[in-house]
Amino acid sequence: MNTAISRQILALIVAVLVMGLVVSAAVAQPPFASESPAEEETKWFNAERTNVLVVMVLYSGIVIGCIYYARRREMYIRPIAGLEAVNDAIGRATEMGRPMLYVSGLGGISGIATIASMLILGHLAKRAAAYETPIIVPCNDPLVMTAEREIVHQAYIEAGKPDAYEPDNIFYVTSSQFGYTAAVDGIMLRERPAANFFMGTFYAEALILAETGNMTGAIQIAGTDMDTQLPFFITACDYTLMGEELYAAGAYLSRSPLLLAQLKGQDIGKILLTVAIITGVVLATVGVFAVPGLVVTFLSWFKP
Amino acid sequence: MPEAAATSSTIFGLSTQIIGIWVAALLTLAIYSFLYGDNPAYKLGEHIFVGVSVAYGAVILWYEGLVPLLINPLFRPHLVEDATGPKYSLIIPMVLGLLILSRFVPRYDWLSRWPIAFVMGLGAGLSIPRSVESYILRQMHGTMLPLLPPGANGGYDFLTGFGNLLLVVGVVCTLTYFYFSARHEGLLGRASRVGIWFLMVAFGAGFGNTVMARISLLIGRVQFLLYDWLPTIGIHLGGPGVG
Repeated sequence: MNTAISRQILALIVAVLVMGLVVSAAVAQPPFASESPAEEETKWFNAERTNVLVVMVLYSGIVIGCIYYARRREMYIRPIAGLEAVNDAIGRATEMGRPMLYVSGLGGISGIATIASMLILGHLAKRAAAYETPIIVPCNDPLVMTAEREIVHQAYIEAGKPDAYEPDNIFYVTSSQFGYTAAVDGIMLRERPAANFFMGTFYAEALILAETGNMTGAIQIAGTDMDTQLPFFITACDYTLMGEELYAAGAYLSRSPLLLAQLKGQDIGKILLTVAIITGVVLATVGVFAVPGLVVTFLSWFKP
Repeated sequence: MPEAAATSSTIFGLSTQIIGIWVAALLTLAIYSFLYGDNPAYKLGEHIFVGVSVAYGAVILWYEGLVPLLINPLFRPHLVEDATGPKYSLIIPMVLGLLILSRFVPRYDWLSRWPIAFVMGLGAGLSIPRSVESYILRQMHGTMLPLLPPGANGGYDFLTGFGNLLLVVGVVCTLTYFYFSARHEGLLGRASRVGIWFLMVAFGAGFGNTVMARISLLIGRVQFLLYDWLPTIGIHLGGPGVG
């Protein structure tokens, strides 16, 4: 079976699985959650969450359509400064003969930001392997460590340098937030990495880490979807990926048609959201006088 | 302090509470010595912090995770209230958990991918509908506000209307900043620049708010050193304390 067909089948299977999961999560309702205690019975369809189902089916359809579109045409992505600087940071570390530090935050393995972070790590590790620049990855979660070891190992194999892979450079520190922070600070001061990457979910440790890295003179690139920590990264790092820029990083760096198609699908989704919001505002403003019934129906569709 | 010391136990004639205060104070100072730079005191504090937190996590995992959720219901059901027998369905998560340990056997380490894939898939499947509901639909509903809301005396509340307009413009412009598959030129470029302004104003407000919270944490630690630790060496500054 050729690669293109197998990838299409894989994409289809993934899409079906995702949709299956989403549909089951949206419609299945345990008995204890039924309308009243007197009418306890298992429900297979939760009508109150139909709007979630519709959005998910619509979005899945858009993404699948974009995957087919992306196979035939080149797709444009606007430059993202933080990601353009990734290659410069790798080059700087290589020239200085110092390691790079990659911190994927405190998120668990199923966190969306952690998954996005692991995609970036794969790209970085591949470049690091090609230039034989060590990459240090201290982990806060044992499962994340296991997955990141696999990713870095695979990256070294793809770069043709499997022997250069050092599993001990990807290690578990502790699950304690500030214990982990203290240890990573110590690594920054002792190993003096030339480039620090903070990608994933961060909490109060964000500024402590970024400020220590700043003190050591390393080039720093951060990315998180935690809006409360973004201001600290913006002030203490050279480049910051804000929110969805972090999710886009995997597609941006790999230029894989599958990931680019997801990005295009997200953009189409944003256009639809914008149109729906403007429609809602117009209806809420003028429709109240003209067609009050329509306004109530339209707005209640978005209400959980 | 004397009352508390009288009720606590002693080691070598010293109250355990006093010993605890000294350990906490010295470790606090060791960690703060980082402000001077990397030094042996910081290294000691860091290694104790990491070691103790890992050990504490392991104990918590055993006594609050494995024992009540797996070992007792499966192997010691007589210790579980209302249990009618061993809960055999727990064998599935137990096997998945054990597969993680295959990392120690290089020949079979690929088996550890199964539980990781399961956790990632389940996590994503559960979080996607929740995210759609809370981050998209609820937010959209909260943004669809009238620009001319009715005010008192049958007129319009223009001030609230202006606030609603600002909200809608902010949301739409910020969304355009996160539009990746088109060049940010012309109208899209201008809208995304406005979006960046909205983002920066929000971040500025968030920065100030969080810095205030961090300062209060620092005040708490300094208060501990001044009012709990110093009195143990005979320096009394007054104010709050444990004694």
